[in-house]
Amino acid sequence: MKHFVTSKFRYILYLVLVAPLLLFIAYAFSTRWFFPQPFPIEWTMETFQHVFHDSQTIPSLAQGLWIASLVGLLSLILALPAARVLGLRKFRGRQLVWLLFFLPTIIPPLSVGMGLNILFLRVGLAGTIAGVVLAHIIPTLPYTIFTLSSAYARFDENYEFQALALGASPWHIFLNVTLRMMTPSLVVAALFAFLISWSQYLLTLLIGGGQVITLPILLFSAASGGNPSVIATLSLLFIAPPVLVIAVTARQLNQHGNQIREQY
Amino acid sequence: MRDKPIFSPWLSLAPALTIVILLLGASLLYAIAESVGYISAIGQHEISLSAYRETLNLNSEFWTSLIFSLWISVASTIISAAVALTLAVWLSERSRNSDTFALNWNLAFPHLVWSVAILLFLSQSGLLARWAATLGIIQMPADFPVLVRDRFGIGIILSYLGKEIPFLTITILSVLRSQSIGFDVVAENLGANRWQRVRYVTIPQVLPALLAGSLIVFGFIFSSYEVPALLGVGYPRALPVLALRFFLDPDLRARSEGMVISLIITLIVTVVAVISLKIGERKEKDEG
Repeated sequence: MKHFVTSKFRYILYLVLVAPLLLFIAYAFSTRWFFPQPFPIEWTMETFQHVFHDSQTIPSLAQGLWIASLVGLLSLILALPAARVLGLRKFRGRQLVWLLFFLPTIIPPLSVGMGLNILFLRVGLAGTIAGVVLAHIIPTLPYTIFTLSSAYARFDENYEFQALALGASPWHIFLNVTLRMMTPSLVVAALFAFLISWSQYLLTLLIGGGQVITLPILLFSAASGGNPSVIATLSLLFIAPPVLVIAVTARQLNQHGNQIREQY
Repeated sequence: MRDKPIFSPWLSLAPALTIVILLLGASLLYAIAESVGYISAIGQHEISLSAYRETLNLNSEFWTSLIFSLWISVASTIISAAVALTLAVWLSERSRNSDTFALNWNLAFPHLVWSVAILLFLSQSGLLARWAATLGIIQMPADFPVLVRDRFGIGIILSYLGKEIPFLTITILSVLRSQSIGFDVVAENLGANRWQRVRYVTIPQVLPALLAGSLIVFGFIFSSYEVPALLGVGYPRALPVLALRFFLDPDLRARSEGMVISLIITLIVTVVAVISLKIGERKEKDEG
């Protein structure tokens, strides 16, 4: 009996965790679901098609994916050398560097965005994709650096020395030894950066200034007073990439999941 | 680790450091400049502290918003911490692999999406109201209590609970699972009952991590915009909502006040983060 009660409780917990998804599906694919019917009775793809044919949906989806991919790639390129030094070397000022990379996780996107808005207006980056990408790198960079430096801390440099002794060129070593060995962590770090960028609302709003429209911007304005079915459909589109990423990286998440959680 | 690097580590750090220092530094400088009234967009170059005076004036909306923001953040943090502690203790006694996945699954739902879910579930014509009507508890949508876009921020707090409870639960669970010795089992063998084990063994073990995690949660909630903007009312407004309202005001002179509020938010969040880091450091020393 006791076992029965505890397993029940666990299922309630799981149910709460999947509840938002069920809720969105119910609202997105139902029609003529009037108050006070407790559950949808008529199902339809109409809202979904309607949202897809809206002139803003596909471009914002594509723009968001493009921005998040660029942010993921650039974060990796910037983070890789820094993470190597932090993971493998001792040097004066290491603590200070850690602290500096920690700062973007502390300073709220609101303040960063408001300050950057003025700078980017002056240098012509406001309202451009490049500006938004640059702004998104601020919150993603710390997480890619932390993920990669902890991978480098477990990295054995002797593999590189061995390749060097066998006559490989530095570029060859970097491609075939270093990157090969770092691949799992690189994938996780890039996906984290992708997710943080993908779900960024405030920085996109403040830097994009209405010119760069991504899915969170559409969702926010729909949710401020729109049709529940449309809101639910946009929510489903918005969480599709994160759900895929979580499913793919389930194992790595046990290690790093909590690091990025607070950036949403 | 080699102590003498072949080339300066600063060369490798330069690209990432430049980006962080340049962008954060510039945004901070511009924020300070605009807060003291130096707004070049409208050719205003006189420096004055009037925005600070206006903001901190006892009659200004700032204080209402500060209290509202503190209420949301403190209430969400305390409830999340308490529920997470209970949940983690409960789950660690009957650990299953699927638990971690289920809790991580929450990661797929950004705060914005959770707010939308709360909106669809708890609004007066939402799912819960429909169920209440089906059961005959209420007659019309208007009979259902206002739980989102309410004056007390209930919807906002509920939305944060949905995100922060899993976050803190995972934080506590990872501490409990990293313990190499089963202090719990030792205490049990020494005759401690279940409550005593939780009170004198488990809670002291997880307290530093829980405290540090709770401060992170507090800082995040205190400074975040989307949830209170979506689930809040026009008055009282959370501080970040007020700051952005001023900042986006067509009257560019109002921006100074927005910047003042944003700087105050940053200051408070930074102090909290420093305390959290100190607690984390002490935790590492204790374990080391």
